[in-house]
Amino acid sequence: MLLLPCPWCGPRNDSEFRYVGEARRRPDPAHTSIQDWRAYLYDRANPCGWVTEHWFHRSGCRRFVTFERHTLTHELRSGDARSITFGRPGGTSPGAQTSWRADEPGERDRTEPWNGEGGGA
Amino acid sequence: MSTQRWRLPPRPGEVIDRSAPIRFTWRGRPYSGYAGDTIASALAASGVRMFSRSLKYHRPRGLLTASYHDPGVLVQVGPEPNVRGGHRLAEDGMDVRPQNVWPNLRFDVKAANRLVGRFLSPGFYYKTFMRPRRLWPAYEHVLQRFAPGGSVPDAPPPAYYDKRYAHPDVVVAGGGPAGMAAAVAAAQAGARVLLVEEEHALGGHLRWGGDADRGALANLVAAVGATDGIEVLTDSVVTGRYDGNWLAILERSRRTGPGPTATGDSGAGSLPAERLIKARAGTLVVAAGLIERPYVFAGNDLPGVLLSTGARRLLNLYAVRPGERAVVLTANADGDAAAADLAAAGVEVARVLDARRGHGLVRARGRNRVQAVDCSDGRTVECDLLVTATGWTAPTSLLNMAGDRPVFDPRANRFFADLERLGPDVLVAGGLAGDGTVAELVEHARAVGREAARRVAEARRRRSTSDATVPPPPDGAPEPVPALGRDEHPPMFTAATHGMVDFAEDVSSKDLVSAVAEGYDSAELAKRYTTATMGPTQGKLELVNTVAVLAAATDRSIAVTGTTTWRPPYAPVTLGALAGRRFEPVRHSPLQPWHEAHGARPLVAGTWIRPDHYGDPVSEVRTVRERVGLIDVTPIGKLDLYGPDVPKLLNLVYTNKWSRLEIGRVRYGVMCAEDGVVLDDGVTGRLGEHRYLMSTTSSGAETVEEWLQNWLQLEHTDWQVAVTPVTTAYASMNLAGPHAREVLRRVVDDVDLDPEAFPYLRVRTGSVAGVAGCVLWRIGFTGELSYELHVPAGFGLAVWEALLAAGRDFGIGVFGVEAQRILRLEKGHLIVGQDTDGLTTAASLGMDWVVKLDKDDFAGKPELAWRQQHDGQLRLVALQPVDGSLTPPEASQILEGHSIVGRVTSSRWSPTLGRSIGLALVAPHLATPGTEVTVHLPDGRDVPAVVQPAHAHVDPEGVRLRE
Repeated sequence: MLLLPCPWCGPRNDSEFRYVGEARRRPDPAHTSIQDWRAYLYDRANPCGWVTEHWFHRSGCRRFVTFERHTLTHELRSGDARSITFGRPGGTSPGAQTSWRADEPGERDRTEPWNGEGGGA
Repeated sequence: MSTQRWRLPPRPGEVIDRSAPIRFTWRGRPYSGYAGDTIASALAASGVRMFSRSLKYHRPRGLLTASYHDPGVLVQVGPEPNVRGGHRLAEDGMDVRPQNVWPNLRFDVKAANRLVGRFLSPGFYYKTFMRPRRLWPAYEHVLQRFAPGGSVPDAPPPAYYDKRYAHPDVVVAGGGPAGMAAAVAAAQAGARVLLVEEEHALGGHLRWGGDADRGALANLVAAVGATDGIEVLTDSVVTGRYDGNWLAILERSRRTGPGPTATGDSGAGSLPAERLIKARAGTLVVAAGLIERPYVFAGNDLPGVLLSTGARRLLNLYAVRPGERAVVLTANADGDAAAADLAAAGVEVARVLDARRGHGLVRARGRNRVQAVDCSDGRTVECDLLVTATGWTAPTSLLNMAGDRPVFDPRANRFFADLERLGPDVLVAGGLAGDGTVAELVEHARAVGREAARRVAEARRRRSTSDATVPPPPDGAPEPVPALGRDEHPPMFTAATHGMVDFAEDVSSKDLVSAVAEGYDSAELAKRYTTATMGPTQGKLELVNTVAVLAAATDRSIAVTGTTTWRPPYAPVTLGALAGRRFEPVRHSPLQPWHEAHGARPLVAGTWIRPDHYGDPVSEVRTVRERVGLIDVTPIGKLDLYGPDVPKLLNLVYTNKWSRLEIGRVRYGVMCAEDGVVLDDGVTGRLGEHRYLMSTTSSGAETVEEWLQNWLQLEHTDWQVAVTPVTTAYASMNLAGPHAREVLRRVVDDVDLDPEAFPYLRVRTGSVAGVAGCVLWRIGFTGELSYELHVPAGFGLAVWEALLAAGRDFGIGVFGVEAQRILRLEKGHLIVGQDTDGLTTAASLGMDWVVKLDKDDFAGKPELAWRQQHDGQLRLVALQPVDGSLTPPEASQILEGHSIVGRVTSSRWSPTLGRSIGLALVAPHLATPGTEVTVHLPDGRDVPAVVQPAHAHVDPEGVRLRE
């Protein structure tokens, strides 16, 4: 049972996660060929070594997280921090989020899932 | 009642309680014993020598190890099969029976297998019963009669199963002297320790040793008890080691305490229970000790042939005399001690054969029990007991699972852990590491325990330098663990005669030699071909002998031949322990009590329990078509979407266009995965400037939420959208039928329901029956004028009852899922997962209006674009059998000649049309309206059916739902 270093929840059993797969670049549908699209759908590098991959912390913070995993040793490290910048585009502070939700006064309070730094990667 | 005439006077180390006699039955006859006896020791005390028949040849079998791993005493206890009689404690009232015997233990007809042994040669399963193929059912029938093992009860066992998660710093596998010492040292260094022992008490081989051993045992047990931070689990076993030092630990025969139990009994406190502990250990110390290895010679499986450890267990733990007159074959100190113990207990030791001085034996003679031993010097000694002490198997199972490859030492003639290859989170103590006096083993294990604790503290300090609760490491630098010595041991594997190698699987050395002669010369191949090491003992007794026989037959060394692979589980795990407590969450709508009170038949739909119907689904359909009906649709998935970029998200996940959805509008959409396969469908409405409510299929709610999060979190992190699942925040109900508006008008006053003000495909928010915060959708899954109401869940029942009261004089009725399925099929609305499968793309739906390829981007677009240009996909069409009284079962094939060219995906009898109707996926050349296709019924008939011009069988123009 792998112990995955969730940047939000700390080390957790892999059974709490859904394996999403190797990180890969999505071709632009407007300009791609069917061959490139199907390579994106079905081809994986599957290296013996380090691979960057996504996992969904389904029974935890419900965030998509990115790890680098060594497929031979199962050594793990938190990878690309992109997954936890959600809600803070361009480094916007969490407070700025309220600007676009103020248009409907009387909205019930929500807990903002991206408040705080949450551990960092 | 059999008397315990083989019981010795009290012994200093005995574990039986003579003040607590117990009575049980064996083969239906009464036997007695004492508390603390195992089933095997109690029976042996009464003189039972034969416990079972062997797997293939039905040879009589007696005790061999008198421990958990004894292959000869698998017994049936009441309803429970395959009980390890050498380990399970005897209890008052137990009904114990032998296994693998027919009609009984003494007169076993299948013992005739011994006479036809040549048919049961290695690989006989593969050879004998292969041809002719048509006879296989007959072979199978015969083989089933010969299948070994006990009988499995029909009812669930009266037992309680549970699970536990643990996060100990150090797990010590094995509670012998090394394990106890390692545990104490680790705990003294500040670690939280889990000490796991397979037997019923700590102590390992010290328990059946002499005075000095028992003194050391008492000191170690006292130290374990006096040290804080050690949790001791006896009758428990580490069954496997997985990535990240994740250990599966089985706690056997726990007794449930007072209080409710799995079956609802309370306070009995005697229900057998097992618990699977999932432990994430900082470090694992493997101190599994050594398992004594049988010697291979003719007659080595006769009752009366005992290993030296087995003899000493019987003598010293259970005060049982294993025979009258013994021959002892010894190659080591344990064999010498067994000879001394036997003599001290009054057993006549007729001869001691010392292998270190060149003595040996050729065969054991006897019928059903040992009667004499042929020694290698030509003498024959009469005896009823033969004790062998010829060396050890190293149970390196957990080390192999940690990536270690143990190495064979030809001087010590056993396998050792390869300490160089072990990762930092696994350490080794005791006999797997080397030999020594008890004091030397303890000293070594203490160093291992301290190092185990230090590594945990170091790893934790690396993870979190600021955690003040972490005790500082006892010493900054790694403590060198001194190496243990290795005792020389003579190579004692096989005598000059052939004998049994795998007692559990009935594989002899002759079988292994035959397998080599047939070309199966690698250990892994010979294992699979002969089934050696594949039985209940799983290599613990027979692995090294198997390798030794193969090595001799192939003229290689044992080190070169190597071992087979140890895999989890190390010891058997019951399915109950793996399953744990019964835990099947179900979901109910807040209206469920009302449904139950009104005769709803339950339908299990995923995790939801829903009303299938209330007695008569056909009349429920008529109620909706002719008057007005009300259905609970709470399980429909609902997601609250909020933010300025919701239209971008909708455009991406739906195949149609969402850029200009005005406030107050609702639209239907289909979602596809990136390969174009239909993922889900539903409607989404815009409630405010930035607020949307998305509905999904009942089973797809979670998938769709993950799908949306996938896009937002990985691809478009700059989009400002918040997704909140609100499925159970609302009770949802659909009011459908020609009178729906009139009924609703009676309970709504802040929403204008006029058709011009609130037309089809619009959404409004308002109050229903005085309940504020409701969402009203005008949509029509049933094909009727209908309103879908999403009501704050706590008020669901109030609104439901208010609607029923308001509709009483319109003849309102409730309807269930079955009526809804008929209604939607009449209207030709598809159900994702019913009318589509894992290969159905949006290009197959026959709904090209919903796939907008002129959008720049949406999930699955390139694949769908390609599919539209390359026709060949199945098409979803409406189908009507020519004979309207025939309703083909769903999944009936559609044939063209001998080819399958489609299938019926939905099929019902339509009360509205008075005929059968359906949806079907068919090959494109059959999708043209008016085409007659052939439906193959399960009874073999082929019946014609006609493709319809539109999916909708009823009201294809959509007049009714727009009224």
